[in-house]
Amino acid sequence: MTALNKTGASPPPAHLRVVGDRGASQKAGIRLSAVSKTYRSRDGDVPSLQPLDFHINAGEFFVVVGPSGCGKSTLLKMISGLLPPSTGEIFVEGEKVDKPHGNVGIVFQNALLLPWRNILNNVMLPIDMKRLPREEFLPRAKALLKLVGLEGFERKLPWQLSGGMQQRASICRALVHDPKIVLMDEPFGALDAMTRERMNVELMRIQRETGKTVLLITHSIPEAVFLADRVLVMTERPGAIAAIYDVPLPRPRSLDVMTDPVFSELVQRIRKHFFTQSALD
Amino acid sequence: MAGLEAPNQPTKSAGQYLSIGLISIKIEPQDRRARERNLAEPKTPTRLSKAFNAAWVRPFLFLIFIVVVWDLSIRLFRIPAYQIPAPADVVAVLWHDWPELARQSWPTTYATIWGFVLSALFGIPVAMLIAGSKTVESYVYPLLVFSQSVPKIAIAPLFVVWFGFGILPKIISAFLLGFFPVVVSAVQGFKSVDPDMVDLARAMQGSRFHVFRAVNLPHAMPAIFSGLKVSVTLAVVGAVVGEFVGSNSGIGYVMQRSIGTFDLPTMFAALVILALLGVILFWIVDRIERLVVPWHVSQREEIIVAA
Repeated sequence: MTALNKTGASPPPAHLRVVGDRGASQKAGIRLSAVSKTYRSRDGDVPSLQPLDFHINAGEFFVVVGPSGCGKSTLLKMISGLLPPSTGEIFVEGEKVDKPHGNVGIVFQNALLLPWRNILNNVMLPIDMKRLPREEFLPRAKALLKLVGLEGFERKLPWQLSGGMQQRASICRALVHDPKIVLMDEPFGALDAMTRERMNVELMRIQRETGKTVLLITHSIPEAVFLADRVLVMTERPGAIAAIYDVPLPRPRSLDVMTDPVFSELVQRIRKHFFTQSALD
Repeated sequence: MAGLEAPNQPTKSAGQYLSIGLISIKIEPQDRRARERNLAEPKTPTRLSKAFNAAWVRPFLFLIFIVVVWDLSIRLFRIPAYQIPAPADVVAVLWHDWPELARQSWPTTYATIWGFVLSALFGIPVAMLIAGSKTVESYVYPLLVFSQSVPKIAIAPLFVVWFGFGILPKIISAFLLGFFPVVVSAVQGFKSVDPDMVDLARAMQGSRFHVFRAVNLPHAMPAIFSGLKVSVTLAVVGAVVGEFVGSNSGIGYVMQRSIGTFDLPTMFAALVILALLGVILFWIVDRIERLVVPWHVSQREEIIVAA
């Protein structure tokens, strides 16, 4: 804070400056170089993502905000290897992605737990899919469930849990095979506002404790600023990078940081991106 | 707490007395959690209401009602026995000719079960192919619907020409009727999987087979079973149609023969046996469904009771 007050003179303060690609030479983390995606449809080619270049450092909490239909989910699928990019290359931990590599955990908006598996077996799904030894990972699955506060719910079926609890279980599922990166597509979008805030605080704690690289996609600007080390702002379809911002708020953060002037300035700054582009003005 | 406990003791039994009646009202102040539990759980049923609520009792009562109405209308309107037989006559035939009827229902049951098993064995893989590949779907599905519009009864004589008077044409006829509902339901079941769920499993490097076994197949099970339940009752119809066209055994044959001699009580007795056969087979499939998909919404009540 004190450092911020010193720099808050006539040039824009540090946290409002668009930052470039730091540490692009690093091997760890996620690197995208000139990645674009064009969908072929009957009416011709539909560009979904314009060439993107950015790098996510290992252990970083990286948040992407953008309007709906800006290709955020496409980005997620390409990084997990489910969808080949039309141009460019993606590297995860220095390895080029050209097929599902399994070094990711994915959390979607819906918990997507299999209703016929109990919570523990749902968490174990990646182990079954990767055909890893079950007994080796069972203690880890149980430890993760304990970490998110679901101890004692191992034998319950998904519908017996609340929406928030289901989403916690799906976070455990994303972590059980110990992937380097975790991709989250509006993970708390289906939850009510109060549960959502609580889950955000918890997610930050889980990220700190596990040290994973997190790429989270959201519609909520305050949520993005609250969670992120850096925020990537995307433009409307076809998606492109509008800006990348540093979030210099100290960690660990509590919900109180939302009253911090740095927080509100950043939120306002990011919001301007959308209001200047959209048809609202 | 101890002071509260004592007055609660009689109210508990009072509450039980109240719930025996039609309306159960709890007026006594109890602690909130206990009251919530009372709201959530069904009131304790008495033995009599339990017996009355058993699943088979109500249709049984209704059946008795229908038989009574049947009997009364025959007496009231003086319907001659060669048009509609009296229920007592039908029961008499069932009683006297039971060994013969049981012997004749065996080939029908045999053809039905084989036809049904074949429609499941072929229907589910065909549905997998249709759901799994757009190409297969575009070639096969319209033809399947088209073939379904051809009345089986019209082509049943053809099977006699091809396969003779043995059991085979009946099995084929039962199979043809049972096949379509399995395919339609299973296709719908396989297709209704959330694509995100499949993506999730695929991103974990699950092979096509593993993803299918862990996600698609269990997901489709409830739909498959609803198709199987329709299929099993239709297979009975198919077997009887096969017997109508050409056979010298089976319930369908009994019906043909009794119609020829205006022996309506026997004809009705055969109908009763067919209905029983359908109900029993349906019930068996329903039991299997409960074992295979205990997790499904339609089965949840049972789980709570068990838990």
